[in-house]
Amino acid sequence: MDERLVDSSDRVVSLTETPDMVAHDQPGSRTETNGAPQERTLETRDLRVYYGDFLAIRDVDLDFLSRKITAIIGPSGCGKTTLLRSLNRMNELVPIARTEGHVMFQGQDIYAEHVDPVEVRRRIGMVFQKPNPFPKSIYENIAWGARIHGYKGELDALVEESLKRAALWEEVKDKLDQSGYSLSGGQQQRLCIARAIAVRPEVILMDEPCSALDPVATFRIEELMRELASIYTIVIVTHNMQQAARVSDFTAMMMLGEDKAGEMIEYDETNTIFTRPADPRTEDYVTGRFG
Amino acid sequence: MNEINPFEGNTRRRRRQGIAWRFVFQASTIVGIIVLTALLYNVINESFGLAALELEIDPASLAVDGVALEELSQEQLAQIFQANVSAGLYRRYATEKPFTERTREEVYDLVQERVIRPQLVKTWTLFETLFERDAIEAELAEKYPGARLQFFSWLNPEFVQRPQSSDPLRAGVRTAILGSLWVIAITVIFAFPIATGAAIYLEEYAPETRLTRLIQTNINSLAGVPSIIYGILGLAIFVRFMQPITSGAVFGLVDDPTTANGRTIIAAGLTLGLLIMPIIIINAQEAIKAVPNSLRNASYGLGATQWETIWSHVLPNSIAGILTGTILAVSRAVGETAPLVVIGASTFITFDPDGPFSKFTTLPIQIFQWTSRPQAEFRNIAAAAIIALLLLLLALNAAAVLLRNRYSHRY
Amino acid sequence: MTTKALDGAPSLAKRPRLREAGIQGFLFLCGALSVLITVGILIVLGKESVSFFTTQQWENSNRPLAQELEAVGASIRVGEGGATLRAGDIIRVRDEIMEVVSVDGQTLTVVRGLQGTEPAAHETDLEIFRSNRVTLGEFLAGTEWNPQIGRFGILPLVTATLMTSTVAMMVALPLGLSIAIYLSEYASSRARSILKPILEILAGIPTVVLGYFALTFMTPLLRSVFGNDTVEIYNTGSAGIVIGILILPLVSSMSEDALSAVPRTLRAAAYALGATRLETAVRVVVPAAFSGLAAAFILATSRAIGETMIVAIAAGAGPALTANPFQAAETMTGHIVRISGGDLSYDSIDYNSLFAIGLVLFFMTLFLNIISQRVVRRFREVYE
Repeated sequence: MDERLVDSSDRVVSLTETPDMVAHDQPGSRTETNGAPQERTLETRDLRVYYGDFLAIRDVDLDFLSRKITAIIGPSGCGKTTLLRSLNRMNELVPIARTEGHVMFQGQDIYAEHVDPVEVRRRIGMVFQKPNPFPKSIYENIAWGARIHGYKGELDALVEESLKRAALWEEVKDKLDQSGYSLSGGQQQRLCIARAIAVRPEVILMDEPCSALDPVATFRIEELMRELASIYTIVIVTHNMQQAARVSDFTAMMMLGEDKAGEMIEYDETNTIFTRPADPRTEDYVTGRFG
Repeated sequence: MNEINPFEGNTRRRRRQGIAWRFVFQASTIVGIIVLTALLYNVINESFGLAALELEIDPASLAVDGVALEELSQEQLAQIFQANVSAGLYRRYATEKPFTERTREEVYDLVQERVIRPQLVKTWTLFETLFERDAIEAELAEKYPGARLQFFSWLNPEFVQRPQSSDPLRAGVRTAILGSLWVIAITVIFAFPIATGAAIYLEEYAPETRLTRLIQTNINSLAGVPSIIYGILGLAIFVRFMQPITSGAVFGLVDDPTTANGRTIIAAGLTLGLLIMPIIIINAQEAIKAVPNSLRNASYGLGATQWETIWSHVLPNSIAGILTGTILAVSRAVGETAPLVVIGASTFITFDPDGPFSKFTTLPIQIFQWTSRPQAEFRNIAAAAIIALLLLLLALNAAAVLLRNRYSHRY
Repeated sequence: MTTKALDGAPSLAKRPRLREAGIQGFLFLCGALSVLITVGILIVLGKESVSFFTTQQWENSNRPLAQELEAVGASIRVGEGGATLRAGDIIRVRDEIMEVVSVDGQTLTVVRGLQGTEPAAHETDLEIFRSNRVTLGEFLAGTEWNPQIGRFGILPLVTATLMTSTVAMMVALPLGLSIAIYLSEYASSRARSILKPILEILAGIPTVVLGYFALTFMTPLLRSVFGNDTVEIYNTGSAGIVIGILILPLVSSMSEDALSAVPRTLRAAAYALGATRLETAVRVVVPAAFSGLAAAFILATSRAIGETMIVAIAAGAGPALTANPFQAAETMTGHIVRISGGDLSYDSIDYNSLFAIGLVLFFMTLFLNIISQRVVRRFREVYE
């Protein structure tokens, strides 16, 4: 267990030592993804989720590349959130939900018999639609997760590092003992992101993280996501076409099939999806002609 | 005409009807308040008032050299005592504890009890005392010529400190209050952890199965079972079946296990524990339900286990509600009488309970016992005991309100 | 159990979480205890009730042995007069138990040495006792409850209970409903915030205090209104009225919840048709909340039936079959309190009868509670 902690923290430290890369990571320079084969952090194979007898998503095969942002878009109710929640086994908390197929995380199937969902969720973190800080102090919000996972390092330093990485440190460094609820909505959401990265996950799942925020707060979160993409693999579900176009490297388009089950109909680089989509339904959707 | 406006112009009648019924509804509400007022008035009315006392010896005649009895020294009082009681009685008291070792107050009390020997002959209510003084004095002169009139506050500091006695003038509720506190302590220690645990299980762990539904229906039904049934259950299980344990005999704590016979504080506490358990469970479930799911999601999303989520987020955010519900359930237990009568609480106990295996009486049982006596003066001390009980309950409820306000959360 | 992981990535394998499992197991036991309590109630009440119906009570037949009896022989002669002995009766002479097979005048044919007893010789003039077992029919239909003479008809106790509960419901039902309508449809939020806590205080008053109130306030009040000759000192009416006061807060608060749960849109629809406030409340809101109100009344009835201290103090001691609310009568609960207070010896018929009464009481209230829960569940489905 200690080995694991040392291992993952080493990795994080080595990445934080290259701030230049973060700074130069402008949207325009992202086309190099066409080049060398990319390492895949998460892959889904024949992923199906049922709620009771109802098939919510059908046979999704999708790759999520390391340190890239993948957006999942599509109309309401097409199973985007279900797909996202099945990537770290959060779906299991819905009593009637049942998952079939495989989700490979670094080569291991997270749905394999012997896999512990608790371990999965530490390594694949999540940020929710509505900011949901714990009714505790800002400091505790960050420190709690690390503490339950037996973090052995300096907590103060971890809190500071996480808040800095979530671009929240300057705003809250003088009031760490105040309640997480004293912050504005956008700050709360960044607190939730800081909380998620404090347990050093490899993947961050974001479920419409900006839908409850105003445009300014949204802009800051999007900025933050671009910065975080240098370290983490990010999957974001969004309703907002512009947001997907602005922040993501890859985009997966989902749609309701004829039997009301969600299907992935197209997956490509974001540029391609928004300029020359292969599927006419995608084109209708991204150009706003859907319906 | 009717074809143009087929409606009867009845608005006025309907309005009048509305006003009349509104008055009825309002009056009903006021009746509820009147009843509460009547109840409090009734209790207070009986707790204070004049009483006629017949004395064996007029204390004025005991004055020494013009110094009143109240101001005499310890030696003088001891002499008066010796002079006015039989030699045998004096010897008995002297061997029990030499008079030189007794304090002035103790000797003064002895003189009151054994020499002056006040006897209550009649008591009047506060209302009569205040507004019918003339009639009282006339009745006194006619029926009890030798008696003297004295104003009593039946609820007084000594009443709370004195042990039980068969003489209403000397009776107190200390043993009953201590008994109540002991029983409640056992009740809480037993019921709170188990009930909270059950609530957590049902809200956080229980799968949607028949067994879960059965348990839930069961708990709801248990909350409606009459308290006396719990008394019967306690009698059969805690008093009779588990007698070696509840009498303390198993632990070698009781020299003579027949004295308490399983009718002990611990049996009473366990019985009341069973009684309030469903109430605590239901209240705690409500409190746990009120914790928003977003917090649980946030916690699971960080890779917390279920128990870590419950312990760090669900419980801290519902504990105020759980405690409030517990206090309300406990105040119900404090006022419970029937189950304790059934398991055989003793009604006459003059010593303080000294542990969970002790015999006991409680405040409500004392009230019941005094109320059931035919003599009017016992009604007065029952009223005083009721005020003591209501004050105890008021304190508990105030604690619940404070708790609720202090820990109220927003999410 | 390890799996192949890429790049030496740490395993996701499950680790044993003994603490988690232990805690969950413990919490499950806590929940299951409630079922255990119910089972306990049923077993205890059932077991002792069974012995209530099987215990033999020996009653002197007043027909002593008319002739010496040998240790063997199936024919005995008994004295004249006394109780009638029939075939099938169980009789006892000293320690020996026998069963009567047939009767011919003063001669009985018996089977000897029953129930583990040994046939023995008995001298003349020994008393013969007859077993008097309480039958279920006698228990449920008998009109007299007098344990001293072996009469165990529960009817007087049940009727007294029904009497107090009926009076209570006659008080609590109209008053509680009116209060609920006033609070939910008329009162300003400020008035409500003052009135509701006051009613809650009433709900928190211990029943023994209300018993005191019944005896020292309500009874004298009734006696001054109806006359001392009509109203006995202990009477079911006074107890019933005060039980009504006890359950009033329950009725009013549950009813108010039911009325408040009726959607605002329904009221708006009624007002838009020109209905007055009264018409909206009584013709639209109350019928819409009917099942919630019914649940409240049923639950309140169950509470009234199980109420003990008020009747123990104010309704009187001594079972009586009477329909007059101004007379004393002992309810089931009142009787349990009276005979169990004091040193009740185990295995006496009194001790056992306690459980038989308890069982009847338990089923009556359980039945009402379950109906009430059903009704509530249905009403929730409609609006949520």
